[in-house]
Amino acid sequence: MRNIHSTAAEMAIALAAKEISSVELTQQHLDRIASVDDKIHAFLHIDNDGALQQAAAVDAKRASGESLSPLAGVPIAVKDILAQKGVPTTAGSKILEGWRPPYDSTVVAKLKAAGVVILGKTNMDEFAMGSSTENSAYGTTQNPWDLTRTPGGSSGGSAAAVAAFEAPLAIGTDTGGSIRQPAALTGIVGVKPTYGGVSRYGVVAYSSSLDQVGPFARTVLDTALLHEAIAGHDERDSTSINAPVPQVVAAAKRLDVKGMKIGVIKELSGSGFQAGVSARINESIELLVAAGAEIIEVSCPNFEYALAAYYLIAPSEASSNLARFDSMRYGLRVGDDGSRGAEEVMSATREAGFGKEVKRRIILGTYALSSGYYDAYYGSAQKVRTLVKQDFDKAFAKADVLISPVTPTTAFKIGEKSNDPVAMYLSDIATIPVNMAGIGGMSLPVGLADEDGLPVGLQIMAPVMQDDRFYRVGGTLEAALLSKWGKPILSNAPDLAGQK
Amino acid sequence: MAAISRDDVAHLAKLARIEMTPAELDHMATELEQILGAVKRVQEVATSDIAPTSHPLSMSNIFRDDVVKPSLTNEEALSGAPAQAEDRFKVPQILGDE
Repeated sequence: MRNIHSTAAEMAIALAAKEISSVELTQQHLDRIASVDDKIHAFLHIDNDGALQQAAAVDAKRASGESLSPLAGVPIAVKDILAQKGVPTTAGSKILEGWRPPYDSTVVAKLKAAGVVILGKTNMDEFAMGSSTENSAYGTTQNPWDLTRTPGGSSGGSAAAVAAFEAPLAIGTDTGGSIRQPAALTGIVGVKPTYGGVSRYGVVAYSSSLDQVGPFARTVLDTALLHEAIAGHDERDSTSINAPVPQVVAAAKRLDVKGMKIGVIKELSGSGFQAGVSARINESIELLVAAGAEIIEVSCPNFEYALAAYYLIAPSEASSNLARFDSMRYGLRVGDDGSRGAEEVMSATREAGFGKEVKRRIILGTYALSSGYYDAYYGSAQKVRTLVKQDFDKAFAKADVLISPVTPTTAFKIGEKSNDPVAMYLSDIATIPVNMAGIGGMSLPVGLADEDGLPVGLQIMAPVMQDDRFYRVGGTLEAALLSKWGKPILSNAPDLAGQK
Repeated sequence: MAAISRDDVAHLAKLARIEMTPAELDHMATELEQILGAVKRVQEVATSDIAPTSHPLSMSNIFRDDVVKPSLTNEEALSGAPAQAEDRFKVPQILGDE
């Protein structure tokens, strides 16, 4: 085993064989974080003591011969939007600075029960509103491939941590592409499971009909192992699907796509996509054909309206969800000098505690839901949502999975789009339809763009609760690419520890 | 569509309980108009014969059994409170003086 550069599956095997202890493996990752995170800024909170205690507990259980779950002792980074008992949880916002949740989110509880060691909490755009981590109240995360570029967002800290070998696994959330887009921009695998496939209990809510928790890792198999560890029905999330978890680990190991029909979405190709992105996607299509898949073209004519609908639906839901930050029971309180009433204190706190993009979306959502405008904006957006779902239904009647690029471009420069909200929103154009329909999707790294040497992501989408299909296709394509390249994609990234 | 004025944004900010400065209101009015200009495209295809979708899953009335389960202690529930008194959340004045 090559320690921090190994896959999570290899780490798990080495731990089971007692070639390494979880305390040693955890310490190696904490050392890596200490040596590179001042350049990356993937983490908002590093839980050194808590992680080592958790690792020691797993080692003790293993020594006593207890049967352990597959990922027991392997470290993970968790997006700072999931509540973890006693550990700071800010959602990237000043309004939650210093808050230590009195309970665990279901996903964190599942990770703890599985013996997965939580290293710390990762940076993100405030309340998951953004595509670059530039909206974090605690500074921007840098892309390990090029420190002048963003890692994408909103789960940019989680993606950068995995790409920089600070953690082999990470948890993110995806409302309009916030797992898949940063995975694509950092050259790792990211999955947005089917809506309702993973519990949202204890996850700070942004847009409840779109939000979904999901896994990041450096390989398809590692992603599948983490997916199975966190998925499943939870009675504390009323939108959680009460059905068996798709067999994603078996699908990731299948390495065979013979006879599968793969639909290429006409509207998400060609013009509007960087040449180097399109070139890598086309190569992937050739490899899938060589592996025995049948490629067909499908049309989703209403996708062009999905972005507009998303930027009405998500802010509308956010304006309601974020009403809970009222300075009364937890979080920041500003201006409570005894002379001001509750409403004044609330308004002063929200002015001081929310960042620019969050205020922008709350105001936009308040407008879209206000009487006189509701039908024209929110109501129309809900109808577009129906049309997007119908496009998917028609496409999946012809194809087992659908593919497209994840993003129009490779990683963009920090500051390049931060003053132009509409340009920033466009980076989610290919990922948003998936959230609107509630289906699942994977971002798979498929090479580097010729013009800039930065990673390109292929998006693979499957119908509701058929998540195993994109693991099957992703695993097969990953193996074909690896045999073509001879080495993993991340071996092309700079060695951060050597940089000054 | 009518232009978004500073007064319009001030009204929205009041509804959303965000105390904005005049400069912020002006800036937000400009941005809001730009964003609304981009998102109003939804109206091009949203005809009256299409049913709206509010949620990806069609489910309703998810109940659990009505049994008492362990929950947060009073101390835990108050652990993040900005102010507390007598085992309760302490909040600024809510009602008027009269």
